[in-house]
Amino acid sequence: MKPAAFSYHRPRTLDDALSLLALHGFDAKVIAGGQSLAPMMNMRFAQPAHLIDLNALPQLAGITLEPDTLAIGAMTRHHEMATSSTVRAVCPLLAEAAATIGHYAIRQRGTLGGSLAHADPAAQLPLVASTLGARIEIVGPDGSREVPAAQFLIAVMTTDLAAEEIIRAVRFPAAAPLERHAFEVFSRRHGDFAIAACAVTAVLAGDTFSSLRIGVGGVADVPLVLDDVASGFLGETADPRTVARIAEAVAGAIEPHDQAEISAVYRRDVVKALVTRALQRVTAGTAGMAQHG
Amino acid sequence: MAKTVIYLDVNGVRHEVHCEPRKLLSDVLREDCRLTGTHVGCEHGVCGACTVLINDRPARACLAYAVQMDEARIMTIEAVAQDGRLSPLQQALHECHGLQCGFCTPGIVMTFEAYLRENPSPSEAEVREALSGNLCRCTGYQNIVRAILLAAERLRAETADV
Repeated sequence: MKPAAFSYHRPRTLDDALSLLALHGFDAKVIAGGQSLAPMMNMRFAQPAHLIDLNALPQLAGITLEPDTLAIGAMTRHHEMATSSTVRAVCPLLAEAAATIGHYAIRQRGTLGGSLAHADPAAQLPLVASTLGARIEIVGPDGSREVPAAQFLIAVMTTDLAAEEIIRAVRFPAAAPLERHAFEVFSRRHGDFAIAACAVTAVLAGDTFSSLRIGVGGVADVPLVLDDVASGFLGETADPRTVARIAEAVAGAIEPHDQAEISAVYRRDVVKALVTRALQRVTAGTAGMAQHG
Repeated sequence: MAKTVIYLDVNGVRHEVHCEPRKLLSDVLREDCRLTGTHVGCEHGVCGACTVLINDRPARACLAYAVQMDEARIMTIEAVAQDGRLSPLQQALHECHGLQCGFCTPGIVMTFEAYLRENPSPSEAEVREALSGNLCRCTGYQNIVRAILLAAERLRAETADV
């Protein structure tokens, strides 16, 4: 459980970090919070020759409110997103999801950019970024570019990030006025990897859905945003019968892998239960309402 | 791999450490700083036994390489008791029988020394959520939860007295 040898680099500027990546590229790994990478290195699943540490780059952390957008630096820790009054007011789904990642000590170090770059298909932040349509700002030798989360996440632990690039920030759209949200996650042991997770946002006009987004994690190579399913229920009454029909439709729209430990049938049942819980909270008005607008 | 020189402030004492970049903070604390109160369980972040405070925030010492901690301020279990007196949290764990073999205890103490500063009035559910990051195979957790709630109560009373 000790990592293989590596050379350690601690750049003090973003330019230095990019130069190091340009030089070492495929032999290097960037370390942010290290809460996923260090276990992989300790178990020698990952054996980078060079470790480039972003922890001396405070300019990569921080939460900035822009018009209609919340820009969050890649090195911002989960705990800060979970507890920040700005995130809770402007992007409450993100705050709720961040509070469920791993454990208290893990959340102190784990970062937004690290979670997205790691791209675990069951992880909370890729699911929230996809569901909300967040944009990933990437910086590399040729300048910066922005990619929607759904395009950034390509497959299991595979992203659009090139070997010489770094995530600088993520832009989340601010919650619409009166938008409701709920995040539900299930794992066998609290804080363990999720068997499935579900993120929902909705706006109700009277007692009918005027907008509805449903994202599901842990059931495919990347988080799924089920717009085709959700749009079929716009204008319908937000009552228990509709909730049950939506959950049934979501469970029917996914095709989880059949695994020895977790069968497809079981995972589909878990998703149905999570979607039902999330929609019950959203429609009962017990989910947090967006505070601004 | 060549060794590098780093400086750690551990419990207020400056340590000059020569180590390979791959050496875990937990191993440097135990082997180089000779502070063996930080226990090593799983070495991949699951068990919580090696939890220490890095710049006042709880963190797994097994998921940090010591080289990353150059000039950082580390606090370990050895610094929790003051002048031979247990901290209110340690005292509560003692009274409530919150430990049996004691292997997980340093990690639990370090986690909740930080947690109770951030949330001085936790509900039982909040304590259990925060405690989920520390595995204990002896106690069944009930007495640990009781101890943390008792410590929180006493710490609030202490603060109110000042």
